[in-house]
Amino acid sequence: MAAGDYTKPLPIPDEDTQPYFEACKRGELTLQRCDACKTLRFEPDNICPKCLSDRFTWERLSGNGTVYTFSVVHHAYYPGFKSELPYVIAVVELAEGPRMLTNIIDCKPELVKIGMPVKVTFKKCTEEITLPYFVPA
Amino acid sequence: MSNLRDKYCIVGIGETPVGKVDGITNLGFNLLAAKLAIEDAGLTNKDIDGVLTTHPYGDPPFMYSIQIAEKLGIQPTYTTDLNLGGATPVALVEHAVMGIEAGLASTVVVSFGEALRSKIKHHGKFRMGREDFGNPYGEVVGITYAMAARRHMHQYGTTNEQFGHIAVAMRKHACLNPNAQEREPITIADYHASPWICEPFRRLDICLISNGGGAVVVTSAERARNMKKKPVYISAFAEQHTHKNFYNMPDMTTWGAKRAAEKLYKNAGVGPKDVDVAEFYDCFTYTVLVQIEDYGFCPKGEGGRFVENGNIELGGELPVNTHGGLLSQAHIDGMLHITEGVKQLRGECGPRQVKDAEVCLVTGNGGSAGATHSSLMLRR
Ligand SMILES: [Zn+2]
Repeated sequence: MAAGDYTKPLPIPDEDTQPYFEACKRGELTLQRCDACKTLRFEPDNICPKCLSDRFTWERLSGNGTVYTFSVVHHAYYPGFKSELPYVIAVVELAEGPRMLTNIIDCKPELVKIGMPVKVTFKKCTEEITLPYFVPA
Repeated sequence: MSNLRDKYCIVGIGETPVGKVDGITNLGFNLLAAKLAIEDAGLTNKDIDGVLTTHPYGDPPFMYSIQIAEKLGIQPTYTTDLNLGGATPVALVEHAVMGIEAGLASTVVVSFGEALRSKIKHHGKFRMGREDFGNPYGEVVGITYAMAARRHMHQYGTTNEQFGHIAVAMRKHACLNPNAQEREPITIADYHASPWICEPFRRLDICLISNGGGAVVVTSAERARNMKKKPVYISAFAEQHTHKNFYNMPDMTTWGAKRAAEKLYKNAGVGPKDVDVAEFYDCFTYTVLVQIEDYGFCPKGEGGRFVENGNIELGGELPVNTHGGLLSQAHIDGMLHITEGVKQLRGECGPRQVKDAEVCLVTGNGGSAGATHSSLMLRR
């Protein structure tokens, strides 16, 4: 795909989220673990919402999880999704605990079920942005 | 807070024409609604010293309440705009009470208006603040409710057809409301024929996009004695907000509504059995179902069965959204749930009047899958 062809919404990494998106480029799913209370959190931020500590360590995750809930979307809320209708948007519960939003790809929408095991995969959107997606495990 | 029970009241309401109404701007709907509410109370702009509002979603400006105040010819001693999504109008009424109780103002106008259907060019652009971890996957706020609804179906066996009963009831009520955007009756068969938008939601599970405005005037019970209309008393209010990002909600089938309900009933001194009519914020059919459970009208998980058999229709056990709600009257951010509650308690609802309505529950709900929640218990 030529640069500039990507038409879906893109994140704008900032000081808090840059390490997360940099890790995605390396094919790694990473989150912050609080140094004080050891809680793993999503989304990335400078403060732990459990104990308010500002000390944390980035940790590489297994990339395994299960589908907590999902929706098969038939309407192109964003023009960039038009060619992929219907697409599956899902909340994945990571093996390490936190949940995140993603798309389930390489799977027929009618086969997606709550509780289905999934694993992370990465897709390069642009030179700057690579995003994590999930496929059936 | 129970010492504030029935100490403040709503003395005026304003409701502009809603739906596919052209020729009025975002600002215009807000001002028109405020004017109607002030006049309904038998007051003039000189009687108002508090102005509370929320910005139009499609065009959020700086210091909006000051703009509203200026254009209404008011120099307020108490003003702000609040930003709690669909929980805002109900919360604004609560803030009006707090402002008067604290001596910041004596009589407050609360207003909202938006021309969301109009293809007018705006200066501003709306953003949800979910651009980095939601939008890249095609997320919009409606999908978060769909995913929460999916959990309810998974945990309790709730069906699409049960969501359909909510859509049908709201439409039935809208057909009795001359100021409603959608007045064609629908059946369960129509519901099943309605196209999927974001499963498990069909088009008929999703609220309307509307033009319109709504407003109320709040003052003390003492001042209300000499006013034009019979006051509607604010027995209690509650707020419970739980999250911004819905995916880490411990349980997507129980919302802040549950904790708000406990406070509200306690402070109002009433229970679910005392509620004659409920105006539940209904951005989606599922939103109504969760609140019916969280407000204790049935046990958790049984909302699907509760909404069957006309139970939430006029004449049923708990008439819900007698104006047609966001699903069939218009989406005015829930402001018209408040004005409808007041009309019910005044006995002004004509063919959709709940007989002898004395106690009305009104809720507001905003953000992703019930992020923010507010409620009022009103009585005549
Ligand atoms: Zn911590």
